[in-house]
Amino acid sequence: MTLAAATDLAAATNENLANISNTLIYSSMAVYTLAFFAYIAEWLLGSRSKVGRTAAALTESKTAAAPAVTVNKAGGTAVLERPQVVVRSAAGARDVPDGPGAHGGDAQGDLYGRIAISLTVLAFLVEFGGVLTRALSVERAPWGNMYEFNITFSTVAVGVYLSLLALRKNVRWLGLFLITTVLLDLGLAVTVLYTASDQLVPALHSYWLYIHVSTAIFCGAVFYVGAVATILYLFKDSYENKLASGGTPGRFANSVLDRLPASASLDKFAYRVNAAVFPLWTFTIIAGAIWAGDAWGRYWGWDPKETWSFITWVAYACYLHARATAGWKGRKAAYLALLAFGCWLFNYYGVNIFVSGKHSYAGV
Amino acid sequence: MSKTTTGTPSEATGDDQDLGAAGSQLSTAPAEEPPNLPSLGVVGWIRWFWRQLTSMRVALLLLLLLSLGAIPGSLIPQSGTDETKVADFRDAHPTLGDVYDKLGLFHVYSSVWFSAIYILLFVSLIGCIVPRTWQFVGQLRGRPPGAPRRLTRLPAYTTWRTEAEPEQVREAALALLRKRRFRAHLAGDNVAAEKGYLREVGNLAFHIALIVMLIAFAWGQLFKMEGNKLVVEGDGFSNTITQYDDFKSGNLFSQDDLDPFSFNLEDFKGTYETSGPNKGTPRTYQASVDYSVGAYGKDRKTVIKVNEPLEIGDSKVYLTAHGYAPVITVRDGKGDVVYNQAVPLLPLDSNVTSSGAIKVMDGYRNAKGVKEQLGFQAFFLPSYGGEGSAVVSQFPALLNPVLNLEAYHGDLGVDAGIPQSVYQLDKSHLKDFKNAKGELLRENLKPGETMKLPGGAGSVTYEGTKEWANFQITRQPGSGWALGGAIAAIFGLAGSLFIQRRRVWVRAVKGADGVTVVEMAGLGRSESAKVPEELGDLAGILYDRAPGAPDPEDSSDATPTTPDPQVVPAEGAEK
Ligand code: HEM
Repeated sequence: MTLAAATDLAAATNENLANISNTLIYSSMAVYTLAFFAYIAEWLLGSRSKVGRTAAALTESKTAAAPAVTVNKAGGTAVLERPQVVVRSAAGARDVPDGPGAHGGDAQGDLYGRIAISLTVLAFLVEFGGVLTRALSVERAPWGNMYEFNITFSTVAVGVYLSLLALRKNVRWLGLFLITTVLLDLGLAVTVLYTASDQLVPALHSYWLYIHVSTAIFCGAVFYVGAVATILYLFKDSYENKLASGGTPGRFANSVLDRLPASASLDKFAYRVNAAVFPLWTFTIIAGAIWAGDAWGRYWGWDPKETWSFITWVAYACYLHARATAGWKGRKAAYLALLAFGCWLFNYYGVNIFVSGKHSYAGV
Repeated sequence: MSKTTTGTPSEATGDDQDLGAAGSQLSTAPAEEPPNLPSLGVVGWIRWFWRQLTSMRVALLLLLLLSLGAIPGSLIPQSGTDETKVADFRDAHPTLGDVYDKLGLFHVYSSVWFSAIYILLFVSLIGCIVPRTWQFVGQLRGRPPGAPRRLTRLPAYTTWRTEAEPEQVREAALALLRKRRFRAHLAGDNVAAEKGYLREVGNLAFHIALIVMLIAFAWGQLFKMEGNKLVVEGDGFSNTITQYDDFKSGNLFSQDDLDPFSFNLEDFKGTYETSGPNKGTPRTYQASVDYSVGAYGKDRKTVIKVNEPLEIGDSKVYLTAHGYAPVITVRDGKGDVVYNQAVPLLPLDSNVTSSGAIKVMDGYRNAKGVKEQLGFQAFFLPSYGGEGSAVVSQFPALLNPVLNLEAYHGDLGVDAGIPQSVYQLDKSHLKDFKNAKGELLRENLKPGETMKLPGGAGSVTYEGTKEWANFQITRQPGSGWALGGAIAAIFGLAGSLFIQRRRVWVRAVKGADGVTVVEMAGLGRSESAKVPEELGDLAGILYDRAPGAPDPEDSSDATPTTPDPQVVPAEGAEK
């Protein structure tokens, strides 16, 4: 009797927590939406200032063929007379300055941008709370099904973005694109993928699961940031190409793309992000293999999920190879990077939905 | 430098030509040559082919092919993982099935073409690693090349004038660079230094680790074994091929490789969520076993759980499934026991609604004393919802077990020599036992209850329920090597991706006016913010040891200044 009563009580609190979690997720969506509008305002207000830096740089550099030279101070607190380091970019590279960011130097735009980031921080905290209460309600890590995977994924992606901002990296331009997709991701989660909180089957009880899945989510979030940068790179690159060959891009391109970082910077950013997380992705697959070895008696069995992780891994290896050795720097490498991210996405959504294998557990 | 020296990849610096030897050998990556065709007969062709195979372009192509080739295996049923799905597919699409068969698409990962891709890739890899290793050893034994003539052309550059003597400056620079763990030496009027060799070490280690992993994997495939055994509580298993329900092994596996051990299943326990939205979801499965190793090994007790296999020698015993085995006693018309066994039934759903067959093959004589066989179709609910509820189990544990039996007699068809599933009855030569109404005899039994067969044909008693567990026993040699390779691969990769290999030169010479001019320059394998930062740092320290002298009147061309100090640094994206 008392035992039954106790379990009922526990179930009730769990259900309470699950409800709190749902409320928090919906609230975070509301705040993300506000942030989304603030980012839009930033972009709109930013369009008032006519910067045209890219165009200026590209038309100028036609006359002055020598690469531009920039000066860095030696060390952070350098005395003025100390030697200065002259940085010279490789010949042949286009010397395009980075765009000023979404606000385009407009003070009001900048204000809205800051508001957007504050709202993003708030939404992130609320969403994080939602994930946490979900985890508490099921008394396990919050990634037993696709709904949980989705909410955790977008939380981590926003977390990565905010961490980069906190590290004073120039990533504010990512904001609108990231938040748009985070909203899509959450929308999908709460409508299509929602699953009431539930328990894991015993095969999922292993600390390797925690290691494997948490790193998988983190890698996905970082790959995602890399993919967004890659797409923007492709746009910006064609914009620059057009300018360099004397074309006149449309007004929209002029207004939006000009404010993004230079294509070379975007490309480099995307590469660093992808390269930095590739070893972790390798580790994720190995951790998965170890877990599979414990749970299913073989560490590698070409299960669809395993196969697609492998395909993703090889695709990213291709990308890194292309950049490191084959000298495929620009667009070709970018297409490879997008292909690799496509594989990751398919592994995540496609395999769960279209292909049946050992990994399709706990509903979708 | 020597002929074998290949230039830096095009990414490193745009104008290698200008840097000459200074930019060479900053990595061991092979240069890309255009695929110009040879005209040298067989040897020429072989050499050409080899060079193509080990070129980066082909390596990249093979990598892409490998990932493309892996795709069909994830979309088409594979005989290695699910034989029945393959059969279903063949039935549904006979012509496509034939085509797939010809292309090996039902076993992609062991097909000829897939193997060809990865074997070529690994030949390419070896062909790539060996020369690169030699080259790297050469670089380690050699010294970093001296400064190029015009340091101003390098990606990071700085200069100043000092009262210190050039020798003093060079000494100080050498000491500083060595303290910073650069490999540095004096090369005429300059100090040449290089750092970050671990990048190459990491890269080579990574690629070698890939080979180790592949060999370990192939080894495992050849010598592996995998078998299943269903054991009812109280029963045992000893590790010989004949005892397995099914058994698969690699091509080179021999029976002697089976580790000698045996075990008894003492008890199986499953616990389930008893309330909430996930009522019935399993929380734990565990099998308590007694096992012994070798012919005369001591008995030991242990518990096998889902993620915690029992390891004996190279073998692992996994718990993979469980179900119920009602204990059945069958008596003939005279009341003699002709059958007494726990009959494992196969679970049909997550609440362990189960079905199976009871086959009494020998020893039974019917009411007339004629030899006959008996068959019972069994349907089992561990938790029956009670009269009027659906005929499926409500919960996976044994809360209210009910066994439903349909009775048949005649010929089970087991003697025909055709293998038959133990879970299914072949009713083609069986006749129904009829109840009083003339229908097929079918009854629900609770533990302890007995069903009478009509006409004094005997009886069936459901004595109680045992549980069974399915064990998968596998042996995967080489997995230790695969794991070791994997770990080495991760560390190698991290080294290869995160360490910058770079060079620094410090030139100190007396200018025309007798004042020493110090020039410093840095070169990385790829453009990076770190190289100028590090150079600035080094220059700052060196500057303190060789402080600046006043500029001569015409200083304007000594220090290039920026045309537009506002220009954002080249590394804008991450600042
Ligand atoms: C089996 C599949 C292979 C995989 C998964 C793989 C993966 C990688 C990765 C991740 C890198 C690091 C990229 C970077 O430094 O940014 C790399 C670099 C490299 N790989 Fe591979 N690789 C493979 C096969 C090969 C083959 C067949 C060759 C030679 C033909 C090769 C030659 C190289 C070279 C030269 C480098 C760059 C060295 C440097 O940065 O100095 N790899 N590889």
